[in-house]
Amino acid sequence: MKKLKAYGPPVLMIAPSLILIGIFVYYLIFGSVQTSMTDIHELAQATGRQESHFVGLENYATLLTSPDFLHSLRNLLVYTLAFIAGTMFFGFLWAWLLDRRSKAEGVFRSLYLFPMAVSSVAAGVVWQWLLNSSTGQEASGLNRLFQYIGLGGLQNGWITDQDWGILGIAMPAIWQMAGYIMALFLAGFRGIPDELREAARVDGASEWKIYRYVLFPQLSPIALSALIILGHMSLKIFDLVVAITGGYTYYPTKVPAVDMAFYLNSGDYALASTVGVVLLLIILVLIVPYLVHVAKEDK
Amino acid sequence: MSNSTLPSPGLTAFDNAPAARADKKKGGFDWGRLVRYLLLFFFLIVVLIPVYVLVITSFKGIGDASPDRAWIFPQEFIGDNWLTAFFGDDLAKANPSIGAALGRTLLMVVPAAVISSFLGSMNGFVLSRWRFPYANVVFTLLLFGMFIPYQAVMVPLYRMMTELWKYTPLTQGTPSLILLHVIYGIPITTLIFRNYYQSVPKELIESAKVDGAGMLRTYSNVVLPISIPSFVVVLIWQFTSAWNDFLFAVFFGGNPGTQAPVTVTLNMIAKGSIMTDYGITMAAAFLASVPTLLIYVLLGKYFVGGLMAGSVKG
Repeated sequence: MKKLKAYGPPVLMIAPSLILIGIFVYYLIFGSVQTSMTDIHELAQATGRQESHFVGLENYATLLTSPDFLHSLRNLLVYTLAFIAGTMFFGFLWAWLLDRRSKAEGVFRSLYLFPMAVSSVAAGVVWQWLLNSSTGQEASGLNRLFQYIGLGGLQNGWITDQDWGILGIAMPAIWQMAGYIMALFLAGFRGIPDELREAARVDGASEWKIYRYVLFPQLSPIALSALIILGHMSLKIFDLVVAITGGYTYYPTKVPAVDMAFYLNSGDYALASTVGVVLLLIILVLIVPYLVHVAKEDK
Repeated sequence: MSNSTLPSPGLTAFDNAPAARADKKKGGFDWGRLVRYLLLFFFLIVVLIPVYVLVITSFKGIGDASPDRAWIFPQEFIGDNWLTAFFGDDLAKANPSIGAALGRTLLMVVPAAVISSFLGSMNGFVLSRWRFPYANVVFTLLLFGMFIPYQAVMVPLYRMMTELWKYTPLTQGTPSLILLHVIYGIPITTLIFRNYYQSVPKELIESAKVDGAGMLRTYSNVVLPISIPSFVVVLIWQFTSAWNDFLFAVFFGGNPGTQAPVTVTLNMIAKGSIMTDYGITMAAAFLASVPTLLIYVLLGKYFVGGLMAGSVKG
């Protein structure tokens, strides 16, 4: 009775959230897994007007052997690697350039970071223009800019390339997120006490050695969380692709999240949930070891 | 903000750097410094290219349509695109109005941000300073919701919502989106508030307890007043992510031209009825970004604070 009086109020306070998350996260994930094992490929089946059956892992087999979906998975891999490499490179470089208290640092910082405040759809509008695939006389966008600065040889079809078009989607994504990585690293640089550097300097360490042995080890936890955040973000890439390509069916740059929207839209609930579960599994493979690592560090 | 002795949540450490790291003046010209500034300016230009393109294109008329004028200033600055983007183009039915979309998106995003901030604050409080058995387990269960990709729940969610709309058609669009942003915002808002309250001295709450205050009293009289910095961070975070959301907006936003949020409207304009009219689309893209950009400009510090806390959501 005493316990009830002590613990009743806090439990009541958190109960609504817990119930909502229980339904909208855990129960729905269960629902996705369940639907992914049925043959609900048409709307009539979804509404119960036509029968549906349990088919086990058939949908997973269908997707993972379809060249179409493998193309999406390959695109996702290429995109993720390019996105992570690009944002980490520019983010670190900018933080490093700004670290030494430049004049007008705030201006650079704010402008490098502003693309994050813009929605992917708005960014996609401008980048669609920049990534125009026309070349030569008809070129506009970046291809025209290349002509101006004497790099006409760099003109290309951007997102129209079957194999590497997805890199065209990675460019605006890097543009949006590099500033964020800069902010993370800059906070990291600033968190390292100056005495640490001074001590190394007094000991006669070269600038490079100070970075190698003093700064990098201090920054590696930040780099690790940055990697996780970016990886997590890139696996769900959807808005930018739709904004730049105009829909769910553009083959060269399609990714799993776009496939899911396409299946859901066309009433193929079974394949849509299968794609969703596959994405969830990929993210779990990435996140769980990280969470375990963090939990260990905490102890 | 409210009390300078209390730590503020997730604010960046940029400005705490000692001034000592400023460039040391040695004799002679500092080449390293020059190169550093040249690089900084170069990257600044690269980052701002899309802004330049947006501005010049949005002011161009038909006379500037030819590709060899793509990067050049408009022959004549024309405001028509901006008017069409804002008010829509009723005659052709081709362009929905961004102005109307801004209004209804605000009506969706503000309640969503406010409600989920309060939920997060209450959860954070009982998970850190008014605990109960298994609080850590509950916290982990809630937190996991942050890491799942929305794709993993979309199908059953869509079925559930369409079922709901059958009985209550009025809940389609804005009410549905408020509900979803509130629910899927619970993990991140709870996390930010919990971390903040854990840095609040225990004594503050203990003394309220000693004075005989119950949980609700302690929460409303002691905890809420010192939560303002966290509220700012969380409100901004929720506002921005709901404003920029596209996935939920497409599937739960209702009729694209008349009910759905601004991202969907912008996407419609961008697609156009036959082909993209870049002048109007660029103006629309800018208008659609004004609220989040304003927040970024006015409250940048808190904006970054939210980013630090949780970009892994959904």
